[in-house]
Amino acid sequence: MSEMYTLHVNGRDREVRDAWLGENLLYVLRERLGLMAAKGACEQGECGSCTVQVGGELVCACLVMAATAVDEPIVTVEGLSEGLGDGVPTDVQQAFVDTGAVQCGFCTPGLIVATHHLLDQHPEPTELQIREELSGNVCRCTGYGRIIEAVQQVAVARREVAR
Amino acid sequence: MTVVVPTSLNEAVAAAGSAPDALLLAGGTDLMVELNERHRQLPWNDAAVIALNRVPELTSWTYDPDTGLLDLGAGVRWAEIERDPLQSMVPALAQAARTVGSPQIRNAGTVGGNLATCSPAGDGLPVLSALDAQVHLVSTAGRRSMPVADFMVGVKRTALEPGELIASVTVPVFDGWQGYSKVGVRNAMVIATASACVVTDPPNRSVRIALGSVGPTILRCPEAEALVATAADWGSGSIDVATVTEAGRLAAATSRPIDDHRSSADYRRHAIGVMVQRLIRRAFPGGAS
Repeated sequence: MSEMYTLHVNGRDREVRDAWLGENLLYVLRERLGLMAAKGACEQGECGSCTVQVGGELVCACLVMAATAVDEPIVTVEGLSEGLGDGVPTDVQQAFVDTGAVQCGFCTPGLIVATHHLLDQHPEPTELQIREELSGNVCRCTGYGRIIEAVQQVAVARREVAR
Repeated sequence: MTVVVPTSLNEAVAAAGSAPDALLLAGGTDLMVELNERHRQLPWNDAAVIALNRVPELTSWTYDPDTGLLDLGAGVRWAEIERDPLQSMVPALAQAARTVGSPQIRNAGTVGGNLATCSPAGDGLPVLSALDAQVHLVSTAGRRSMPVADFMVGVKRTALEPGELIASVTVPVFDGWQGYSKVGVRNAMVIATASACVVTDPPNRSVRIALGSVGPTILRCPEAEALVATAADWGSGSIDVATVTEAGRLAAATSRPIDDHRSSADYRRHAIGVMVQRLIRRAFPGGAS
């Protein structure tokens, strides 16, 4: 079986060759395209470690059949810092570091993608909105307090920049 | 072997007609789990998978003010149902939508997928049952419609024939109170241990009560429904405590729960009684006497 399709990942066209058609997007991103940020843990949409944006929507990459995601812009955590310079984090990534919202780090890439999406939708989120919007991203280390603090810190900083 | 991505309902129907054993992929929140865990294989067809997410007729909805009927395309996602304008038309379905998985899951999962999977714990199904929804199916042989109660045949079994798609599901838009309630081990990301929906239709003095996760498919409670409809004071929107208690008892007696890894039958039966009482009190808040 020789199949080829093209995905639009982080602003670039990426060819996927000789893939099994049932492969999920997470597998294709990691194993075929070498984008290692999105993590695989549950492979059933429970944990959110593989959260990416497809067509502007937050989804679990493990539940997207990769071959059906052609023609849609796909954004992973690697794409969020694109254009900032090598090794320069986004404001959300920096806030996660500053507040200690990262412990083992496994859930972090999914949470960073979800947080960027959350702040795009709700620039001044309430704590309840933060908890609701991040409810699909499971973190076993932090107890979430510092993650919520990180989100709030970015919201405040962005507001001050806008002023 | 290919994934077919039709962009019109006609194309989708033709594809399903020529490959009746192809997997129909909507939001992927059930099917992809089965593929990831190798519980299901791709069929060895030219068309192994038909993806339904680019079919505009499936991903849209229409409301007919003359009939008061809302027709939801099978591909309408929970993320859309939980927000306005749909949330004000079918508030109980919106409540159920908010309990489906997480934002990521609700951005993918669809009402048609909920029907096609037909899990007893499907969050949308008690609401569709309480609303007496009509399910519209389409295939190369034509269209047919049936009440959702007939569509749901058993645990993960439906009336869908090979090569047939769910086109849409039609529900009435009511003025009366309606609500959905669910218990599980957490607030987010949880499969219902037991769930219940109460819908009222004041102009017709009708009450509908539907139960999830306590039978092979969704169960309705005709005795409890008749009791509440008769005993409620529709003018003041109130109801007496004894009726509420009895309705909860009747609903619990209607349930047919099992013991499994998620809960015991006893707990499920108890939870049904509590949830149905709460929902009825909310439906008739005019001071329980």
